[in-house]
Amino acid sequence: MGFARRFFARPATVFGSVVFLIIVIIALGSPLMFAHGPLSIVGMPLLPPGSPGFLAGSDVIGRDMAVGLAYGARISLLVGISSTCCAVGIGVLLGAIAGYYGGAVDDLLMRMTEFFQIIPAFVLLMVLVAFMQPSLGSAVIGIALITWPQVARVVRGQFLSLRSREFVEAARVIGMGDARIIFTQILPNALPPIVVISSMMVGNAILTESALSFLGLGDPNLMSWGSMIGSSRVAMWVAWWTTVLPGLCIVITVLALNFIGDGLNDALNPRRRR
Amino acid sequence: MPLVSIQNLTVSLPSGADRPLAVENASLEIGRKEIVCIVGESGSGKSITAHAVMGLLPRGVAATGGAILFDGVDLLKQPAEGMRKRRGRDIAMIFQDPMAALNPVVSIGKQVSEQIRAHQPVSEKEGLDRAASLLRDMELKDVALGAYPHQLSGGQRQRVMIAMALSLSPKLLIADEPTTALDVTTQAQILKLIKHLQAERDMSVLLITHDFGIVADMADSVAVMRQGRIVESGATRQVLDRPCDPYTQSLIAAVPKGDSLLPPMPETEPLVRVRGLSKRFQRTRLFSRAPVATALDEVSLTLKRGETLGVVGESGSGKSTLARCMIRLLDPDAGEVLLDGADIAHMRASVLRPLRRRIQMVFQDPFSSLNPRQTIGDILIAGPKAHGEDLGEARKHAAEMLQLVGLTPQCLRRLPHEFSGGQRQRIGVARALMLRPEVLIADEPVSALDVTVQAQVLKLLDDVRRQMNLAMLFITHDMRVAAEICHRVMVMRHGKIVEQGPTRQIFAAPSSDYTKALLAAIPGRQTQ
Amino acid sequence: MKFSYIAMRLVKTVLITAAVVLLSFFLIRAVPGDAATVMAGQAGYADEAYMKGLRAEYGLDQPLPVQLWRYVEKVAQGDLGTSYVRRQPVTAIILERLPNTLLLDAFALLVAAAGGIWLGSMAARRPGSAGDSAVTVLAMLFYAVPQFWLGMMMVLVFAVWFPLLPPFGIETMGADYTGLARVGDVVQHMILPGMTLALYFLASYARLTRTAMIDVADQDFVKTARAKGLTERQVARRHILRNALIPLVTYAGLQASILVGGSVLVENVFSWPGVGTLAFQAVQGRDNPLLLGIFIVTAVLVSLFNLITDIAYSIVDPRVELG
Repeated sequence: MGFARRFFARPATVFGSVVFLIIVIIALGSPLMFAHGPLSIVGMPLLPPGSPGFLAGSDVIGRDMAVGLAYGARISLLVGISSTCCAVGIGVLLGAIAGYYGGAVDDLLMRMTEFFQIIPAFVLLMVLVAFMQPSLGSAVIGIALITWPQVARVVRGQFLSLRSREFVEAARVIGMGDARIIFTQILPNALPPIVVISSMMVGNAILTESALSFLGLGDPNLMSWGSMIGSSRVAMWVAWWTTVLPGLCIVITVLALNFIGDGLNDALNPRRRR
Repeated sequence: MPLVSIQNLTVSLPSGADRPLAVENASLEIGRKEIVCIVGESGSGKSITAHAVMGLLPRGVAATGGAILFDGVDLLKQPAEGMRKRRGRDIAMIFQDPMAALNPVVSIGKQVSEQIRAHQPVSEKEGLDRAASLLRDMELKDVALGAYPHQLSGGQRQRVMIAMALSLSPKLLIADEPTTALDVTTQAQILKLIKHLQAERDMSVLLITHDFGIVADMADSVAVMRQGRIVESGATRQVLDRPCDPYTQSLIAAVPKGDSLLPPMPETEPLVRVRGLSKRFQRTRLFSRAPVATALDEVSLTLKRGETLGVVGESGSGKSTLARCMIRLLDPDAGEVLLDGADIAHMRASVLRPLRRRIQMVFQDPFSSLNPRQTIGDILIAGPKAHGEDLGEARKHAAEMLQLVGLTPQCLRRLPHEFSGGQRQRIGVARALMLRPEVLIADEPVSALDVTVQAQVLKLLDDVRRQMNLAMLFITHDMRVAAEICHRVMVMRHGKIVEQGPTRQIFAAPSSDYTKALLAAIPGRQTQ
Repeated sequence: MKFSYIAMRLVKTVLITAAVVLLSFFLIRAVPGDAATVMAGQAGYADEAYMKGLRAEYGLDQPLPVQLWRYVEKVAQGDLGTSYVRRQPVTAIILERLPNTLLLDAFALLVAAAGGIWLGSMAARRPGSAGDSAVTVLAMLFYAVPQFWLGMMMVLVFAVWFPLLPPFGIETMGADYTGLARVGDVVQHMILPGMTLALYFLASYARLTRTAMIDVADQDFVKTARAKGLTERQVARRHILRNALIPLVTYAGLQASILVGGSVLVENVFSWPGVGTLAFQAVQGRDNPLLLGIFIVTAVLVSLFNLITDIAYSIVDPRVELG
């Protein structure tokens, strides 16, 4: 199909897709791959990578780094994908209504998106998570709450411009109902940019989640890449792998997602030359 | 010796374009104080030729053969700095869309003086003074030097462009479709201005256009281009009266002359009656006071079965708003639209829906009137589907409609981007006919098409009207097009009807000054 | 004509501040439990006398609109509550640290803008070249790197492995420099955290500048400028860059709010005594009044900054009409 050909046109996209697939497999398979969980203390602290039984070394209190990295992938993907799904769900719904019907609803939405763009979103997130008590759920809800406005803004813009396109006017002239017009005429043409930014948003959500856990606002019962970096700060000077490895995992995952986003852009907007 | 001698010019396009050469072996001469037109349809290479003379070919496009002699010097062999010095000083160029061609964030006074100061060591103040006097020459006395492009009208902007171009009295002015983006009355003024300046300054002009009427009015000699080649050239009168090349002949034949005037219809009860239709536009936002614009002011008309009523007006006249109010894409503020006695102007959407079958529309832009992600088949059966018809029947009917408009049933499975502009307009007509309407509103259906394609689509619309006894409302800005297929014509301006009546009468004996001005502005009319 | 535009923007800033205060008010009350408990924080609510005082102060026995009015009154006077943990008024705590954060953020903003615009315009001049691809690749990389981790890596490389720059704090402890020596000391300490903060935005600016310049270069008026006989440098400066500035000014406004979030993380890593570290400590110590106070103060500052960029925008783009 043409889509697959355009998507995989760039080597970077292929690389990103493969890497992302590997990370997903590791995330899903981690309980099967290891005998013990990430929080179990199984050896001497601060063993370097390559020590017997510790492929990635051990951290400040003797936990297996490799297990931590694998389980961290679960958290990152879980938070990244679910918060993005929520944000996109809310954003598409509200953006579509505002863009299609216009008027006061549209004005209200624009003021809300402006508000969220101006206030420091991360500080608000800290407040929200602190007040909701840090957990996986509060991270997902918090991140979704601060990111839905930018989705809504894009969707609204798309709907606004598509609504006055002649083929949409033609659909109205023919006698199509509003709902049918939105779903069969506008949405299929509005979705491509949303799909593209969704993959970027998953990457951003992963970065935000890692920042939250680094600051101690992550789920205290779960091991994530950010919390690994945060808890290893004291040992950074002598055991570089405790902070470098989780960070590299974050970088590689987000990069892979951004490459996938570029590939989606190529596949869905084939007329763009740059 | 002629001022400009283009000899066997060949310009190549980057790989992936629809043809390898934009211009192939083109030869043309421009004498001193002569106005030469290059005329052709879109994609003919006329614009590229003009850009090649200026040395402004876009990235990837390059002159690979031939020579362009300007006062004896081959411009193609000039180094970059030598070419730069000539631009603006010896050769100047103006472009099609004056809004896009002026820097939006710099005042017009500065932009004009910038051109002068690029070639002459002149102080800023003196540059602005000279700019002021140039603008006065262009009859722009009321425009301030500190004004920005978005504050001026289209005609004013083009005058600023001309002032800039002529500021250093170049020997050659290249004008690339300078009036295509302007209203017809403004167009006439700008062309008159160019002709006047040409005579006053003993300048040569290379005018690029697609309109033979402009050629007739302006050019001393003309070259006809097609697919990158010059197919015919010579003195204007000769080419227009006795064209040799078959393409030239078909091109001239396709231009609507404004003289095949239809007789008015016999008196019968009108199918559509519009009374006192009014519409005002006001953006309702929470924190602003946008100005109120009156788009339609008490417009009334009647339309009979089998009749074509033309609505002619310039931009802002309200003709598009009228069409959209009649078909309820917009809701009118006041007035009635009676379709066979039923007032559809203020009907609720649910009551209106079944009536929508009876009144359909053909749109202007072939590139955005079809959903790019749907097949032609889906686009055509969308109407019957929305009204609950049997889909099998609808598909059969779609195939019939395609054949009616001159396309094959194989097209049903293809996507819009596989078709040309003219073909897409035909599909648009087929779509409109799918619901077997009684009234057809055509909103500038041929404005975006080349002249040969335009003639075909006009003929199609006329045939369809006759075959199906449709009542047709035909919106256009071009009086010549209206004359081709309309029985009656209505002239609009600023939301009001200025004049209406049988086509022959309006053309032969217009009563309003505005109509007279519109008719006088038609390119080519004076010289026929 | 411009004045009503500025007036509108001022009104908008005030409205945003009001919305922030309202949001804070409702956030406190949205948390399950007594609002006073929330404001007292983890340690505070054990102290009965303190709780009684808080309840009276916030008027928790009064109807909601009265509470709201009391709260707004306090905030308008600059009273953001008291931190039990530190036994100090929140406003004072924040104001003491604010200048350090502003210094760091201003430095980062300048470096990011100047560096990014320069890199972006270099890349735009030769699209598709090796230099252009390098800029794009670097930008992609910086988008994927968590800022706090980048900071830690910077410390590792420039302070541990190759001891070149001091990794912690704002001044060398106990050295007691004055005058120019002090300034030099602060600047030295500012480089690592400042660069860490700046790099993400540098990438953004570079990409944005590159795209903006390429888009503008395609426009008709650039062709007109060349047709007038201007040199390439004049075309690039007066026509392309001048128009490409417009989206950049808009971006500067948006950047401020993200910068604050980045500050929280970066200041932490480098123990820079600013509002960001304060926020972290507030979270650790469950010091809710301080956390909320930081939210309000930073939101107000960012919206003021947006007011300035909006005014700059109206200067840069004369097409902006009122309303």
